[in-house]
Amino acid sequence: MTADTLSPDTAPGAAGDSLGREAWRRLKQNRAAMASLLLLSIITLACVAGPWLTPWGLADVDWNAFNVAPTLEGGHWLGTDANGRDLLTRTLYGGRVSLSVALVATLVSLLIGVLYGAIAGYLGGRADNLMMRFVDIMYSLPFMFLVILLMVVFGRNILLIYAAIGAVEWLDMARIVRGQTLSLKRREFIEAAHALGVRDRTIVTRHLIPNAIGPVIVYVTLTVPKVILLESFLSFLGLGVQEPLTSWGVLISEGTDMMQTSPWMLLVPSVFLALTLFCLNFLGDGLRDALDPKTR
Amino acid sequence: MLSYSLKRLLQAIPTMLIVITIAFFLMRVAPGGPFDGERALPPEIEANLNAAYHLDEPLPQQYLRYLGNLLQGDFGPSFKYKDFTVTELILQGFPVSLEIGGLAILLALVIGLPLGIAAALRRNSAIDYAVMGTALAGIAVPNFVVAPLLALVFGVLLGWLPAGGWNGGALPNLVLPVLALSIQQIAYIARMMRASMIEVLGSHYIRTARAKGLSERLVVWRHAIRPALMPVVSYLGPAVAGIITGSVVIEQIFGIPGIGRYFVQGALNRDYTLVMGTVVFYGALIVLLNLVVDLIYSALDPQIRYDD
Amino acid sequence: MFTPRLAVGPLLLASTCLALPAGAETLDIGVTGELASFDTSQVSGGIWESQILMDVYEGLVKKGPDGEILPGMATSWEVSEDGLTYTFHLREDAAWSDGEPVTAEDFVFGWRHLLDPANASKYAYMLYPVVGAEAVNTGQQPPEALGVAARDDGRTFEVTLESPTPYFTQLLTHYTAYPAPKHAFDAHGKDYVDLDHIVTNGAFTPEAWVSQSHISVQRNPEYYDADAVALDGVTYHTIEDRNAGVSRFRAGELDIMREYSSSMYELLREQLPDATHMSTYLGSYYYVFNHREGHPTTDPQVREALSLATRREVISEQIMGGTFQPALSFVPDGIDHYRVQEMALEGDMDARMARARALLEDAGYGPDTPLHLRLRYNTTDEHKKIAVAMAAMWRPLGVEVEMINAEATVHYQTIAEGDFDIARAGWIADYNDAENFLTLLRSGVGNNYGAYADPEYDALLDRAAETLDLDERQQLLQQAEALAMDDHALIPMLYYVSRNLVNPALDGWEDNIEDDHPSRWVHFAE
Repeated sequence: MTADTLSPDTAPGAAGDSLGREAWRRLKQNRAAMASLLLLSIITLACVAGPWLTPWGLADVDWNAFNVAPTLEGGHWLGTDANGRDLLTRTLYGGRVSLSVALVATLVSLLIGVLYGAIAGYLGGRADNLMMRFVDIMYSLPFMFLVILLMVVFGRNILLIYAAIGAVEWLDMARIVRGQTLSLKRREFIEAAHALGVRDRTIVTRHLIPNAIGPVIVYVTLTVPKVILLESFLSFLGLGVQEPLTSWGVLISEGTDMMQTSPWMLLVPSVFLALTLFCLNFLGDGLRDALDPKTR
Repeated sequence: MLSYSLKRLLQAIPTMLIVITIAFFLMRVAPGGPFDGERALPPEIEANLNAAYHLDEPLPQQYLRYLGNLLQGDFGPSFKYKDFTVTELILQGFPVSLEIGGLAILLALVIGLPLGIAAALRRNSAIDYAVMGTALAGIAVPNFVVAPLLALVFGVLLGWLPAGGWNGGALPNLVLPVLALSIQQIAYIARMMRASMIEVLGSHYIRTARAKGLSERLVVWRHAIRPALMPVVSYLGPAVAGIITGSVVIEQIFGIPGIGRYFVQGALNRDYTLVMGTVVFYGALIVLLNLVVDLIYSALDPQIRYDD
Repeated sequence: MFTPRLAVGPLLLASTCLALPAGAETLDIGVTGELASFDTSQVSGGIWESQILMDVYEGLVKKGPDGEILPGMATSWEVSEDGLTYTFHLREDAAWSDGEPVTAEDFVFGWRHLLDPANASKYAYMLYPVVGAEAVNTGQQPPEALGVAARDDGRTFEVTLESPTPYFTQLLTHYTAYPAPKHAFDAHGKDYVDLDHIVTNGAFTPEAWVSQSHISVQRNPEYYDADAVALDGVTYHTIEDRNAGVSRFRAGELDIMREYSSSMYELLREQLPDATHMSTYLGSYYYVFNHREGHPTTDPQVREALSLATRREVISEQIMGGTFQPALSFVPDGIDHYRVQEMALEGDMDARMARARALLEDAGYGPDTPLHLRLRYNTTDEHKKIAVAMAAMWRPLGVEVEMINAEATVHYQTIAEGDFDIARAGWIADYNDAENFLTLLRSGVGNNYGAYADPEYDALLDRAAETLDLDERQQLLQQAEALAMDDHALIPMLYYVSRNLVNPALDGWEDNIEDDHPSRWVHFAE
């Protein structure tokens, strides 16, 4: 390659503020992304506000309607569970838990994973080796006991779920970002920035991370369903949400047990989860395009 | 390259030692012991059990005993599956998990990579939407839903394949578990490959290559695919370790005698020796596979060097 | 989604026929867990384990297809007048699968092996009624001190008991009372159960074991009644996922599935009416009250109120789909020589609720001072549904229930430590005797999770243990249960039922209250 590959689009100095505004402008032009954003907002809003609008409470039992299929009469639009509780209401409550677990755990994994990976990759050598061996160790520790330890130390707490899940999910992210960084840092534009005396910190945050953004965003959209389902395993252990509260992961695993007899119990939470994933995916793609430094 | 690999393998020793030490004590913090169950045991029986498994010794002494045995290649007896040692359980189950997991990974690569590349090359086309829509569905439906559905449809309703059982690894018995295990991986790999291809295709050096008049075919094959594989390879390191050590869900639903269940059941039963055995085994795989990944990096991008 | 109504009956039969090579008849049984060991001193206590062990070993007595006790290795026995000495006459033609005779020495050795503290057997206490057993098991006395003896050149086995134990013959059906092959142990030591050289004295003998997949056994030609055993072999498939078991049964891969989930019952009854079995079972599902200082459940009024508000029929019928029976007594219905003592629940539901409210008010709880309870249960779908239903039933009383679930290991450890107000528990009988249940409320017993302590109750059980006359003993035990029920020592909720799927082409499989089904009685209909 020649010196002309020092691409102008990654030149330092573009103001962050206008970057954000520019990205937003470009995102707005992406119809799939905007539709997804809208739908995602509706789902979120429904989960936040919806439970107050349905005629049933989280733990309310309709003693005349155990295990009832979705029906317009009787008020259980999406059916009831085996305990006679309104499934729509429970799914919306469950959405609060699942969406917030997904949001926090994903942010934690994003923040730690991306920074950790980028720093390790950029520093290289002994520092990289040390940091990656720590990642290997974290991978190898039995997750279940890690969570139990957290609980023993901090007590039973919903924040704990977020922390526990974030604590394992950042590992993949770190390895992916490190891999990208290892490859990017030998590119001319980074070496040029280096030669120009740009500070390491700026190189990592302004040049390395933005150029690894594509795989990062995709991996984030893959992390969300993982996190939501992982939460149901923690709940099985008694370390997640406790009845009567629920989550999409818990509802789906309950529904699986009943899938031949009461398929709606599986379908309803699954559809909510799937819709959320579709939206996140298109939004993620749109964001990637909008943030891509190379097309800017 | 060779000396680097050797150095990394040497480093594995302290890494594993740290893993073993943390895991050993971590496990003992958890409430409940291997003999707690639905029925409380009379104290004298519990004392016999503790003595038989040296659980009555101080913890540091137990730890040293464990390390000593480990050095002699002895993982100890399982607390739960008493007619087998932990070594026997792992040696018996791992080939099965490796076979199912290996096939699943292979299938995921063979299907997932081309799909991802095709979707990236024809971005926003019908192919792209079809591939990504299917992939998303594969991601959204967890394998504890997929597996029983497959068993029900192909095993019970259509009767084409066995609904479960291992049968010594006969081909018909392999199909459903491999399929159930690979669906999610196909989706993951296709998604990641597409994204990273798009990233690479938009990069400056591909534009340069195109500007030089290289054919699109050459650009894609010679210049785009290799760097685009980087994030997929990063993901695959730990993912392969996870998949070839089995999946408790797939094993329980299809009755597969792999080792995936030991990771969960061992922990639930507080089968200390079995948990440690799986930790050591899995840790070694992680270390090894992440080394392989790092070596593949430099094969994909010769500029990546590990020179110190 | 698929429709739940499927015509699988014909399919099932067709594939079952195809799967069987002509001439050889093997039975495929789905069991819900993995056997811990063929060494009966090392068994972990899962109910699936006794199915395999009773097929390959035989004790002094054995069980018939209906659960009736029949002579086994012993053809006859006498009990001394004081009820303390049992003399068993062993069968002349009893043999291990390698042709060696089964002698009284094998019983002596087997029982000592079980009680040897070095072998750390979990269920050694089952033999504690035998003289010296506890002392041997705790290492205070050598194994030779055990009150068992081989006489008449090994043809007679004599047991001396600490005190008359009316259920002793019931105990003999348990795998802890099986013999162990002394000659094999002498040759191979602790590895005597290795599949390469294992010998057994039951109708079948082990052939192959793939851990977590299956165990195969074949007919034991040396078995004294081998000619009457119809099957050539049995394969026990480990199937931990119950719905997977149902699928494999429906696909014709299994002849028997030893459990199905309660939520599948209705569907199965509709689709496979001839194969779906459900029967009464000696198991009790109950909620423990914590009687330790400082818990609201120490107040009998609170306990009675909570019990009054429990709508057992709703749980058994509506929520569990008929796969449990409502229970008003702790001891399950159907125990030999016993009549269950049901608690008094008068009036209709409204009257009961009114009384429950009044009781709680008396106890000092009201809208401003609500009763707060911590309810613990171990995680399964069934326990969760029941806990949720209980909380919903108590809510109208103004009771706030905090539900806490945990995996089984943590659950039992936590409740043994007393950290709960109410906790889920269950008990499946080890042997058919009321004492097996009633002892769970004795003070100081490990499984008495609520630490219930009533000297009068203990005294009744003590007296029953000394009583030889079966009718008199029955009266004492019944008085004890009545006492506990009046005191609301716990909430009896449900009786377990056994749930099996059985190929209708099988003969000789009979539902019975202990859910024991030795394969030697089973055969395919002509």
